[in-house]
Amino acid sequence: MNEEADPIIEVRGLRNSFGEQVIHDGLDLEVRRGEILGVVGGSGTGKSVLMRSIIGLQQPDEGEVHVFEEPMLDRDDAELQPLRKRWGILFQGAALFSTLTVAENVQVPLREFYPRLSERLLDEIAAYKIVMVGLPEDAGPKFPAELSGGMRKRAGIARALALDPELLFLDEPTAGLDPIGASAFDQLVLNLRDQLGLTVFLITHDLDTLYAICDRVAVLADHRVIAVGTIPELLALDHEWIQEYFRGPRGRAAEEAVEADAESKSATTDGGGDS
Amino acid sequence: MSTVARFTESVEDGRRVLRFQGDLTLPRLGVLPARLERLKGDRFVLDLSDIGRMDTIGAWIVHRTARDRQGEIVGAGEGVATLLRQVEAADRPVKVRPDPPSPIARVLGQVGAATMEAGRTFVGLIGFFGAMLIALASVIRQPRRFRLNAVVQRFEVVGVHAFGIIGLMSFLVGIVIAQQGAVQLRQFGAEIYTINLIGRSSIKELGVLMTAIMVAGRSGSSFAAQLGSMKLAEEVDAMRTIGVSPMEALVLPRVFATVLMMPLLSFYAAIVAIMGGGIFCWISLEIPPVTFVQRIREVVPLTDLWQLLIKAPVFGLIIAMAGCFQGMQVKHDAEEVGLRTTTAVVHAIFLVIVLDAFFAVFFTEVGWL
Repeated sequence: MNEEADPIIEVRGLRNSFGEQVIHDGLDLEVRRGEILGVVGGSGTGKSVLMRSIIGLQQPDEGEVHVFEEPMLDRDDAELQPLRKRWGILFQGAALFSTLTVAENVQVPLREFYPRLSERLLDEIAAYKIVMVGLPEDAGPKFPAELSGGMRKRAGIARALALDPELLFLDEPTAGLDPIGASAFDQLVLNLRDQLGLTVFLITHDLDTLYAICDRVAVLADHRVIAVGTIPELLALDHEWIQEYFRGPRGRAAEEAVEADAESKSATTDGGGDS
Repeated sequence: MSTVARFTESVEDGRRVLRFQGDLTLPRLGVLPARLERLKGDRFVLDLSDIGRMDTIGAWIVHRTARDRQGEIVGAGEGVATLLRQVEAADRPVKVRPDPPSPIARVLGQVGAATMEAGRTFVGLIGFFGAMLIALASVIRQPRRFRLNAVVQRFEVVGVHAFGIIGLMSFLVGIVIAQQGAVQLRQFGAEIYTINLIGRSSIKELGVLMTAIMVAGRSGSSFAAQLGSMKLAEEVDAMRTIGVSPMEALVLPRVFATVLMMPLLSFYAAIVAIMGGGIFCWISLEIPPVTFVQRIREVVPLTDLWQLLIKAPVFGLIIAMAGCFQGMQVKHDAEEVGLRTTTAVVHAIFLVIVLDAFFAVFFTEVGWL
């Protein structure tokens, strides 16, 4: 990873509060082009709020947010529209439109931003996106309610990737997936990043995901990002929460799993065996 | 170097060459896909050596042109070749749309599905009624299991909170009946009979019917929505595993409260409607309130009140049962909660009106004219 790579997301002095409750205060964060940045933090430290502030769903009290070197705050909707074409978002519950089929869900952003695409091309794009994210070939005409949790997340990623974005936001993508499905999903994110040159902003609680695919990890605590770095860098820090998070029984298990997995990694590229 | 995607056609060494230029990315595609589709012939050479950036959609268009026209791709750089391999790997026969059924089969299917649904609802409702009676029997045997707090809480929500809206509605309906009745009866010089009209229709029909419709809209719908979201959140399952019967804890209190509140609300609605009519008579027909009340007491037989008091609890039972039954049927997603809530209100009002017609015939037969 190029250390000097230009920041694709830049957050400076962000402050968010809901009434009396302060979520962020003086939060700084930088996401570099081409990296997978994991964002971790205890429950209620505002990981999702941070993501919502970056993509403009949440108006912060103070601070600056730049995405693609463009300021995000205090801009009107029309000015943000071109930026919205350049990122894709997978929400926690996948947020698929329940009245549309999977294929139609994938086509929504295409139809919205590029109304001149022909119906045939739209169908073809939906079809290869569905295959790319590892959904079965008969998934296109299904409705979200007919899909399993893992398949729904894959469909959500397919929709997020519909416009070939440069930047992908994932909010707890592996939460609620079985371990096989979760590691297949990790692999999918990694493959997509490598193939499409994506930058990924990944909120997760899943230590296996952090070890397996994240280039750097940002730790949220005390209303701000207390540390950003690779996992070995974070482990070298003397912070109670970080030590507990990565050195706890689950953290150690994930670390060992990564070490054990290092040799046989090339064998399991695309599992897709979630139920 | 972001330029619109385009291609030029030329013939080199006896082969048709399509030379692509610009960025083959979604924002820059423009008319390129349409132009490519209009091209005649096949066996092109697709030259990608001059292109700028490319994304998967650009790669897909190149790939599909090569695939459909037996084309040959040349001049692809490292990154471009990788992308092309990616989309090629993803090119599988994927179903995008459901198979369209034939129109006849579709209509038949819809009729069949609707019939099945109606039958299932009917049987389900009877089953639900039975389950409720069993729960009721077990509560009667062990009165300690009766959830008084829950019932009292429902009293407030179903009854007390509805006072304002039902009062206002009944008052206005009373005025409208009086006004419309007076206009018609004046033609026969029988304006005094407006009082008969107000008194009897309010107590016998309007009070209870309007209240039933309002309670179905307010409480029947909220029962369905509450129980539906509780089922979605697996609260109902959690209850069962702890040994609490959802019938006893959720359904019975709501049904009790509605059955008990309906007569009270209906009586209140009838009285307010009569008051509305009385005020109209006082102001517009110059019938003083004392005369109005005396006349009401003369013309309204006690059997009218019995009719109200018999009908109201039955309607309450139907409204609460339709609401709870639909709520407990929710299985899949949040959208279903909305659908079931609508169904609960529609069924409740429909059944109330059908039963009201039966009651009217029945009471006439037994001589309660």
